[in-house]
Amino acid sequence: MATAGATGDEQWPMWEVFVRASRGLSHVHAGSLHAPDETMALRNARDLYTRRGEGVSIWVVPASEITTSDPGSKEAFFESPAGKNYRHATYYEKSQGVPHL
Amino acid sequence: MSAETEPSVTVTDVELDAELTSTGLVASADEAEYALRIGDDSLILAQQLGWWISRAPELEEDLALGNIALDLLGHARNLLHFAGTALGKTEDELAYFRDEHEFRSAWLFEQPNGDFGHTIARGLLTSAFQFELYTQLAESSSPGLAGIAAKSVKEVAYHRDHAVQWTLRLAGGTDESRSRIERALINTWPYLDELFRDDELHERFDAAPRPSALREPVMNVLRQVLAEAELDEPKTSESSGDGRHGHHSTYLGPILAEMQVLARRHPDASW
Repeated sequence: MATAGATGDEQWPMWEVFVRASRGLSHVHAGSLHAPDETMALRNARDLYTRRGEGVSIWVVPASEITTSDPGSKEAFFESPAGKNYRHATYYEKSQGVPHL
Repeated sequence: MSAETEPSVTVTDVELDAELTSTGLVASADEAEYALRIGDDSLILAQQLGWWISRAPELEEDLALGNIALDLLGHARNLLHFAGTALGKTEDELAYFRDEHEFRSAWLFEQPNGDFGHTIARGLLTSAFQFELYTQLAESSSPGLAGIAAKSVKEVAYHRDHAVQWTLRLAGGTDESRSRIERALINTWPYLDELFRDDELHERFDAAPRPSALREPVMNVLRQVLAEAELDEPKTSESSGDGRHGHHSTYLGPILAEMQVLARRHPDASW
């Protein structure tokens, strides 16, 4: 990666931002931003995504480090569970006489 | 769109007053004079930083500098409101209808934005000063000043962090960025001394830290940052600036003209 600003026209790398709204909740993807490095990415995330008191914790992840599913293979990836109701717990009837279930 | 159908999102005087920390307190003459000094510092810097919106190197920096400007404006509102309780004026009257010689800001805060490096260097010096000032002022025997300082110091800590991070990066970046931050520090360093000068107000008013007592902690922080950035401390002579008594640099006039023109052109306007 070139030093940010070295040529004057390159873009800062992209970072994905995850914010946890309060204790006990998970970090949720809030959006993305540009920053020259991880320290500045965290500060930019604070300014962009938590200035109205939205969060108690922030993660920033280099967008280039995230492996994503391919939008083109949606069918192979996500349509297989259709019709396979037995994968849900509610598909099954509770057996009689079983306590604590 | 008529007033009936428009969703009513209005900022009322009542809601704005709730943002003021010193509501209900009446300042003494000395408290007011002191509040004007440090309030004008923040007001002038806020006005200057607003220029960067849409002009910073990246959108993210537009927002960072804009956030800092808004924080400073909030501090200025509180301080000018508090000063106004002694002077019988509102914070808007103090901001928009005082002339240049009535402003009490120090010269450092009036120095131009320059390039991004200049704004960062100026921010490093102002935030290092304000952080030590507010930290000590939070312990003040004046409840009005202590309350405002305690609220402001947390935000100023972030301003200082922002300036430190960028100073390190500009110093450690390219030859161009390093030479620019070096030049910016040389250009702003002479205005530090004014911040640490005691005067007659401090002889009689002990509810605020003496400026001379801030010199050592502020300079220690700045020297640490310079050492980490592997920059030399600028060897410059001291500016004879005397903004605390209304003697300003040539930069303040145009800043005030831009800040005040609308309010003076339409004195009774509201929005």
